Amino acid sequence: MLGKENIRVIFEQVLAISPADQTEVLFLGEDSGLTRFANSYIHQNVAQNDAELRVRVVFGKKIGVASTNDLSVESIKRVVESAITIAKLQRENPDFVSLPAPAPVPQVIGYAPGTASFTPESRAKAVGLVCRKAVENKLIASGAFYTGTSELAVASSLGVFAYHPSTVAELNTVIMSDSSAGYADAVSLDAQEIDPEAVAAEAVDKALRSRNPTGLEPGEYEVILEEYAVFDILEFLAYLGFSALAVQEGHSFMKLGQKVVGENISIWDDGLSPGGLPLPFDCEGVPRQKVPLIDKGFAVGLVYDSYTAGKEGKASTGHALPAPNTYGPIPMNLWMGTGQSDKEEMLKSTKRGIWVTRFHYTRPIHPLKVIVTGMTRDGTFLVEDGEIAGPIKNLRFTQSYLEALSSVELIGAQTKLERGLMGGSRVPALKVSRFNFSGVTEF
Amino acid sequence: MREFIERILNTAQVRGANYADVRVVRRQSQSIVVKNGNVEALSIAEDQGFGVRVIAGGAWGFAASSLLAVSEADRVAAQAVQIARASATVKSRDLDIGPGIPVTDRYRTPVEIDPFGVPIERKIALLLAADAAMRKVKEIKVAESSMELFRELKTFASTEGGFIEQEIIESGGGIEATAVGNDDVQKRSYPNSFGRQQGTAGYEFIEAMDLVGNAERIAAEAAQLLRAKQCPAGVTTLILGPTQLALQVHESCGHPIELDRVFGTEASYAGTSFLTTDKLGSFRYGSEIVNITADATIPGGLGTFGYDDEGVPAQRVPIVRNGIFVGYLTSRETARVLGQSSNGTARADGWNRIPIIRMTNINLEPGEWEFEDLIADTDEGIYMELNKSWSIDDKRLNFQFGTEIAREISHGKLGPLLKNATYTGITPQFWGSCDAICNAGHWNIWGTPNCGKGQPPQAAHVGHGTAPARFRHVQVGMMK
Repeated sequence: MLGKENIRVIFEQVLAISPADQTEVLFLGEDSGLTRFANSYIHQNVAQNDAELRVRVVFGKKIGVASTNDLSVESIKRVVESAITIAKLQRENPDFVSLPAPAPVPQVIGYAPGTASFTPESRAKAVGLVCRKAVENKLIASGAFYTGTSELAVASSLGVFAYHPSTVAELNTVIMSDSSAGYADAVSLDAQEIDPEAVAAEAVDKALRSRNPTGLEPGEYEVILEEYAVFDILEFLAYLGFSALAVQEGHSFMKLGQKVVGENISIWDDGLSPGGLPLPFDCEGVPRQKVPLIDKGFAVGLVYDSYTAGKEGKASTGHALPAPNTYGPIPMNLWMGTGQSDKEEMLKSTKRGIWVTRFHYTRPIHPLKVIVTGMTRDGTFLVEDGEIAGPIKNLRFTQSYLEALSSVELIGAQTKLERGLMGGSRVPALKVSRFNFSGVTEF
Repeated sequence: MREFIERILNTAQVRGANYADVRVVRRQSQSIVVKNGNVEALSIAEDQGFGVRVIAGGAWGFAASSLLAVSEADRVAAQAVQIARASATVKSRDLDIGPGIPVTDRYRTPVEIDPFGVPIERKIALLLAADAAMRKVKEIKVAESSMELFRELKTFASTEGGFIEQEIIESGGGIEATAVGNDDVQKRSYPNSFGRQQGTAGYEFIEAMDLVGNAERIAAEAAQLLRAKQCPAGVTTLILGPTQLALQVHESCGHPIELDRVFGTEASYAGTSFLTTDKLGSFRYGSEIVNITADATIPGGLGTFGYDDEGVPAQRVPIVRNGIFVGYLTSRETARVLGQSSNGTARADGWNRIPIIRMTNINLEPGEWEFEDLIADTDEGIYMELNKSWSIDDKRLNFQFGTEIAREISHGKLGPLLKNATYTGITPQFWGSCDAICNAGHWNIWGTPNCGKGQPPQAAHVGHGTAPARFRHVQVGMMK
């Protein structure tokens, strides 16, 4: 880790030499390790230390961005010069208003010393435990254990300075037999809180119970979606529709004020909650707001960066990605409101349905309707008369996620933390009354 | 540089490594995105660092840093050995990567026009012209044109005496028009999906695309799609255009032939493969006219290079011959298990990633048909082109793809546009139903610059040579 004061010195160098009307500097640092295992042994084990400096300069309404991961004085000068050169070649962007003004950033703790000090030996010990549990049950283990420390810092010539160190740890595993597989993962700020025994036990149990699956005809079924699958639904809603840019460009399902899913569904973004993977500001240094997105089934809010907010004369909600960004803002700390149920109750209430552990390779085929296709994976079961009737071969689904969320019968009272590309979300399990499976595979 | 590299290799050996290699990688990229008349992104990125891979205690270790300093070289080399020793506490057997490869050589992508030598103003002008042409069509809500230029300088050295310097140059560009109306959104792209067509080539590659000349046409097609009929559901004859076929090859052939997947080392993430080793040399993958080759040597392909990141020379190898599965993509470690030598496909996405097996240019060899004859020979069916969505199971059997554009084929003629076209199948059955492939005159290499694999994630640049082909009895039109 470079540390807050060393980063501040670099920022001051940039701001001192930039002649631009406005200048912004973004620092992204990562010191991480990842231990991968398969066939019940470690086959890849890596570590990296990287730091990127990204400079955005503004002359009037002309913007240029350059980046480097060489933090030498000469390189810093060069990256500023590159950004200036680019900006001067630019055309004016009439939609650009200004870089964000400084605002107080809430203090949240996203850093656990236990993760920063976690060693390759510690990861190997945890992985060894998972592998032994698999072998003891005549199964084979694969998976990965990631531990990482990150630093995000932003400064600008308008007076912005924000710094946030964070950590995250994730252990995931797929345990397999000749005919089955079971998945489990655990995510935490603190690697010391990851319980490899519990992760192994969950995946081993699934792998044992899903052996020798039988085929099931595709069609519409009730489904019980474990948290892993629900997380996929939330990620697609974020990717396809929760951004102000998607609405401005006319390709979002979010029609503000209109009902888009069932009244028992509420979704919001909260980058400040300690129960997730908190990140108190965005890549422009704007404090993250808690943004209600869907409230009791109605579309009520969107996330903004300064560019999309400027187009509507609004304030950014603190959801900017690194510049230059043509994808627009995105929520990275999603939460789905809980119910009062649990997976046991969902099982008992199901006459004939399918239990889905997780989805695989999901892709949208109609973004406006959020119709998505994908496969089930690592533990798919037929449910009959309130009980697991047996494992089934994996199915392909083609289903509107909006329609699925319009027919949710039961919602779990507990949520599980899942890690996304740049943040973490908390999701409950769901029971959905209608879910369309369009094909079946051979295993 | 040699001194820096030798210090790393020596440190690794002193710390106990039986084998070590180091890659020093410098990347430069230029990215321009024009959207609705504005230059929304214009950036230059530079990235550098080194990665050290070792075998110690019979297991792999890898560490990498962006700081090219002597003290960091010592720290990272020692860290790689420490990590390898941690790996060795959970191993099945000692690693065997076969005989040493002490190659010394240089390679540079042949280019006519250095893309970084072309003034930025000229590039912006081209993209703005394409943007303006797309926005002549009133239904176009988002017009986006972009260019990605890339240069990678990398030096590989190993304790076996290997020392290879490479300069890889890539140029990519494309346009996308999104039409909104009729409570619908439809997009058309050119020349390829995923935003661009890309190759190992100079700026001449961009100029040859004629982005401006095709812009209004694809915008008009996007608008027409808003009013087009929904692709019908059923079982029919399918003719795939070349770019969609490229992704079909990518997903249903390119990934399952990666020998690391076959051996289970991607099991928890991307998955495994149905092409298990008992099938090598005997399994009928496709019909007799299906011939697939992995070719890292073909000029211009996005998966073309001089040497892979283990120092193994680029090669052309058969994968499917007359429909029979005959070869995998291999690395030094995985090839050894089969008693073979690596065919040079272990590549890393930059200095901070470990080499894993990646596609090169996985090509469906051309057949004998003229495209016009193929359409004329098809009584009923659907033509689909340019990928819009893609999904396949974790053994690469059950797939479902969607395309941007489709046309009904009736009585040997292409009919009006169809929208939201999808098709699905099981890999060997699908390729087994292939009864016609167009000839070399219709064959081109399509770049896929976003092939994801591995943890931490790696994006590989790969290519696929294809010509339109026909498949019988295919399920189409899955929208629910």
